[in-house]
This record gives sequence, C-alpha cells and structure tokens, in this order.
Amino acid sequence: MADYKMHILVCGGTGCRASQAEQIVKNFKQELAQKSLDKEIKVVTTGCFGFCEKGPVVKIIPDNTFYTQVTPQDVTDIVEEHFIKGRPLKRLLYHNPKNEFSVTSAKNIDFYKKQVRIALRNCGFINPENIEEYIARDGYAALGMALTEMTPEQAIQLVKDSGLRGRGGGGFPTGLKWEITRKVQNSQKYVVCNADEGDPGAFMDRSILEGDPHSIIEAMAICGYCIGASNGLVYIRAEYPLAIHRLKIALNQAKEYGLLGKDIMGTGFNFDIEIRYGAGAFVCGEETALIHSMEGSRGEPTFKPPFPSVSGYQGKPTNVNNVETFANIPVIFNKGAEWFNKIGTEKSRGTKVFALAGKVNNVGLIEVPMGTTLREVIFDIGGGIRGGKRFKAVQTGGPSGGCLTEKHLDTPIDYDNLILAGSMMGSGGMIVMDEDDCMVSIAKFYLEFTLDESCGKCTPCRIGNKRLFELLEKITQGKGTMQDLDRLRMLSNVIKDTSLCGLGQTSPNPVLSTLDNFYHEYVAHVNSKTCPAGQCKALLKYEVDAEMCTGCTLCFRNCPVGAITGEKKMPHYINQSLCIKCGVCYDKCKFKAISIV
Amino acid sequence: MPKIKLSEYATTTIKEVCASFNHNEGELINVLHQVQHKLGYLPAEVQELVAIELNIPVAKVYGVVTFYSFFTMLPQGENPISVCMGTACYVRGAEQVLDEFRRQLKIDVGETSADGKFSLNALRCVGACGLAPVVMVGDRVHGRVSPSDVKKILAECKDGCLTHN
Repeated sequence: MADYKMHILVCGGTGCRASQAEQIVKNFKQELAQKSLDKEIKVVTTGCFGFCEKGPVVKIIPDNTFYTQVTPQDVTDIVEEHFIKGRPLKRLLYHNPKNEFSVTSAKNIDFYKKQVRIALRNCGFINPENIEEYIARDGYAALGMALTEMTPEQAIQLVKDSGLRGRGGGGFPTGLKWEITRKVQNSQKYVVCNADEGDPGAFMDRSILEGDPHSIIEAMAICGYCIGASNGLVYIRAEYPLAIHRLKIALNQAKEYGLLGKDIMGTGFNFDIEIRYGAGAFVCGEETALIHSMEGSRGEPTFKPPFPSVSGYQGKPTNVNNVETFANIPVIFNKGAEWFNKIGTEKSRGTKVFALAGKVNNVGLIEVPMGTTLREVIFDIGGGIRGGKRFKAVQTGGPSGGCLTEKHLDTPIDYDNLILAGSMMGSGGMIVMDEDDCMVSIAKFYLEFTLDESCGKCTPCRIGNKRLFELLEKITQGKGTMQDLDRLRMLSNVIKDTSLCGLGQTSPNPVLSTLDNFYHEYVAHVNSKTCPAGQCKALLKYEVDAEMCTGCTLCFRNCPVGAITGEKKMPHYINQSLCIKCGVCYDKCKFKAISIV
Repeated sequence: MPKIKLSEYATTTIKEVCASFNHNEGELINVLHQVQHKLGYLPAEVQELVAIELNIPVAKVYGVVTFYSFFTMLPQGENPISVCMGTACYVRGAEQVLDEFRRQLKIDVGETSADGKFSLNALRCVGACGLAPVVMVGDRVHGRVSPSDVKKILAECKDGCLTHN
C-alpha cells in the first residue's frame, strides 16, 4: 500500500453494488489511467460502510472526504475536482439535513459520531479480498499470540474476563461456552460459525463476512485452539452469494499463508474450515436445527440437553457462535479484556451492531456501545423519522422480539433491559415505524413469517401460530370481537410455555408486545372498525378532497388500475369499485388532497 | 403431476454431482444445491434419482426439498421476480408492490406465468434495506420500487433488457 499517495475506497457491499458500485470502480480506474494518476492513487473495493441510505458511498483517504450517492457518471467530476484541482466536489458531499451545511470529513457526519466500531472495524476500510490488508491491520496477530504465548485455558480465561456475550440473540457468555466445550473429553470436536442470518431486516453478519472475512477465520481458529478442535464449519445462507465468494477467497488465502491447515505458524496446531450452505430456513439459526441441517437433514430442532457442546455435529462436541461474536474475538486478544470491559454496561460488555431500517432517515449498519439509548440510535445516528412524521415504535429482535414505544426511548440498550421492556436483542435488526404503521398489521406480518418458517415438529408452534394468525386476520378485517383479544393473549402464553425451541417460544412476542403497548389500536379495529394508522385495507377508503385538489393529474397518471378520473385542472374522482387501495395516489399527491377515511 | 422423463443430460448431471460428493448422504443439501443450480429445479423424478444415488429413501429427499425455501419443484420463469418481504421493505410498502405484480402477471407467489416468461416469489431480506422496497429480477436489484413502477419493470424484462445487464 505504501507506494500510493491516496486511496479511493468504494463501498462494495450488497446495497451499493445494487446501485452500480462496480461500474464506479471501473470508471475510476479508467479515468485515473487516462489522467496518468493510476500510479499515485489506488482504487479499493471495500466492505460495507454502513451508511446504506446514501449509497453508493466513496471515501478518499488520507483526507477522509466522504462522497454520497455517487453515480458512475460522477467519476469524471470527482477526479477533476478532487485530484486535479485539489478541492472537494461540493455537489456530492453529505449535507447535514439539520443546517443544510455540507460535511466534508466522514468523522463529522452525525451518522458516524456516536458509533464505536469494533466488530465492523475493517468494514469499509480494507479490501476484503486481500489478506495483506487484513494483516496490516493487526490481522492474525491475535491467533499468533494465542498459539505461542497462551495455553488454551489462559485464552478462554481472557474471553471470560472480557465479558463477551453471544451476539446471535441469546446473549450466553462466550467464554463459558468455550470452557464447557473444552471440558468435554473427545478426540474430535467442531467449531461452527452460525452465518444463517434469517432475521428479515438484519444484515450485519453478511456485511461482516463481505467486508472482513478474515476476522471470522482468525477467531474460529482461536476458538479451535481453545476448545481442542481441528475442524471448523461455516454455515452460511445460500442467498448470500457475495459473502460466500469473499469467504472462499479468504479461506484460500489463509491456507496459502499457512494460517489455516496443518501446523499453523509452526506450533503444531492444525485447523481447517469448510463451508456448509443453508437453504433458506429461519429455524436453522437455532443451534440444534443448524446442526441437523449441516448433517444434510431437515433443520428441525431437538430437545436440549444434550447441548451441542456435549453432543453436536455428528454427535461430537460442537461450539456454535455467531458471526458478530467471532468478529469481536481478535480485538479482545489484541487489546485485552480490560479494554473491552470498559465499553458497554455492567452486564453487557462491548458494542452491538444494529441494522437500522424502516422509516428512519439514515438507514444503515451501525455499531454502538451497549448502553446507548434508543433515542440516540434513532434520532442522532438515524437522523430521526422520514418525512417529518411522528415516531411510533421500534421493533427489535426480529420475529422473536417486540415493539418498543416512546416510553422506552431513553432505555439504555443491553440484553437485560430489552428483555425487561418486553423485547429482546436478537441478532440486531432494528426497524423503526412511524404513525402510518398499523401495529396489528405488523403483528400479523411477523406471525405470517413464523407460519412460513415453523418447522412443524411441535404442535403449539405449528397449529397455535396458525390460530393466532387467523385471529389477527379477523381483527384486521374488522370482524374481531373483544373476546378475540383475550384469546390472543391466552393462546400466546400457551405457545410461549409449551413450544419446543426458541422459535416457537418467542413467536408470540410481537403479538404480546403490541397488545401491551398498543391495546387501543386493537380496540379500535374491534369496536369502531377503524384502522387508526390507515393501513388495513378492509377498513379504509381513499377519497379526493375536491377543494384541495388542483387537478394536477399526478394521481391519475400513477394509479395502476385506472381508478382515478378527472379533467386537467379540475378535481379528480376515485372510482371505489376499481380502487385496489394501494395508496399510490395518497403518497404521490403534493397537495394533501387525498384522504383516508 | 405428469411424469417427465429425465434427459440424458439431467441423468448424467445428477450422477456426476452425487459422485463428486462420494455418494455421502450427509451431503444431501449440497448435492441438491448443485443439482438445482445446474438443472434449474428439482422435480420428483430428479429427487428419485438423487435418492437412488445416495442410497436413501425418496421421502428423505422430498422432506428436505420441501423444508427449505431455496429449493423449488417447479420450473422458474425466464425472469424470476423476487419481491423482498423483509420487515424493512414491508414497512415501506413491499406488500403493495407484491400485490401489483400479482395483479399484472395474474399469478400468485410461487407460480410461473403460462408463457414461462415470469415467476413470482417473495423473499426475506436481501440486505439492501437502504433501497427498500427492493425487487430482484434475476440478479438485478431494483430499489425504491412503488406499485406504479411495476409496469415499467415488467416492460423492461419483456424488451429483453435482462440479457444486457
């Protein structure tokens, strides 16, 4: 890297690639070559920067200039202004929506100010397809230290001292898990990395694997050394082609450099990693189901105990950790347990990555110290609610979690506080909802997901959730009774208490938390047959306010079914028998002339 | 479902894939991934042959194929359309977009249009939540899709833009 004076970092995460990031890289290379700058400036495709809302993102180092929403056509301008004239190209800088000033350096953008990036330390900074860039950032130093300077017991003690808890959702202490697996006597053990990220709206594991795959390989090798395993398996979703591609490259490079395989660093320690593919089943995030899936069977969970640490893959002791958990390990070794301990809260140390999405201004991947409040996450980092609407709820923990409301905004986020508030950490999906979201529909949406994903093995989950869904459907159609609301709660509790695995035990959470926090919305659906958020189709009607309508024809042109009629500059009219209630006219109208009644 | 006769190509492909995994039944999911990748889908006849090759009951193969959403027993359309129904896309109106595709194509989720041009699926989160709601046509990602964009996307597919991308 030393030969180049400057680097152009282009985000190569899935979101930015979908917006032509690859073409941007190509154009930069071409443009630099034409201007004979290609010996001084290097173009690097990195992992996700996290600021997906403003993608594709381009960052120039060393001066840290941050360009947002770059298109392939902008490349000529950037090269001309930034590199030839030596001044930032104002047009593409990030504009602070609060004061309309443009911000040059990434460090001064509100989105990044409160973040502490540990698991995401290399994402958006290094080229994930080049092992040397990882090594230059202290990569594989932790593995070297563990193998040459520590006994497995000492290494486990370090992880225990750090207070790291599993980032996949449950929050089980990682060091303790390793110790339990170490103590089981068996000549064959396995380290498994759970990269079956099934929570809709969470994409941190994918981003880490895409942006920093070596950190996972290094951590798995350390884990292998600690528990006495020489085989590692990464169970990854087949829907993540880019992550798989980069992981494969990283595995080959690590083997080439002698950091995987036989006699690693001449210490006599052997460790190798294979990839296993998931095939789209949410329940496979549960460790026993995951193990069955790796063995080639249906991913149905089995009763614990025996825990995988005793009898897991092929009946051998198996240690299963999540991607984000592993991503923390090398840093803990490099910087020490005490350093890690200082970040976060008493019972939840370190940071947590969240996929912030939904009705928030800055959608993206963020990492904050445990104990940060929801308000800081949503309003400071997330930039508040889109379109100036009012905040209503934030859903954490995916289909297993719950909805938190305004009264929870100042709760410091950690494992225990979220459970107390009736939700859970989960893998870190965080979906923000505004006043237009109907909470009964949201509960129904999650139930529909659970129905699809329930493996069908135990009755409470298979049939109970179906009945819950039917009750919710009845309510959203305006056919519910007050008795149904009691039934919802009772059935939810039964499912929670009697299901076999984590999926079933947590599946009623979205229903229970919305019942607790938004009971009045349920009551409105039942008693007055209205949907306060105006979302439940059966209960609403779109109408044009003739006085407000300017006859701009925008709604007429956008209506997908031709239900809107009217002359230019004359009030329009919606034909209710044709209207499919898609809401396009409502969204498109610039004069607030369309109302939901 | 009418019986189809496997082509020689399909038969050799399946046998080769199974052989490459040493006919190990523990590799069933990997075998199915590869077979589907090469043949496009996994009809009953394909599953029967996989079962014979791996020396396991067809019921087990069928059980696995139907368990995982990634595997399909129906041929996909020339333009496989997937609407992301992850939570982030859902709260930004993915359901309306999906409804519009249903309406325009006159097929339901999981079906293929009669002319074989389109198939429609709902998938869970492609991780491009910044672009929500997201629709994928083949490998191409369309971001911030509204129901009124659906017509345009379908027209683009018919013009064969897919081959250029």
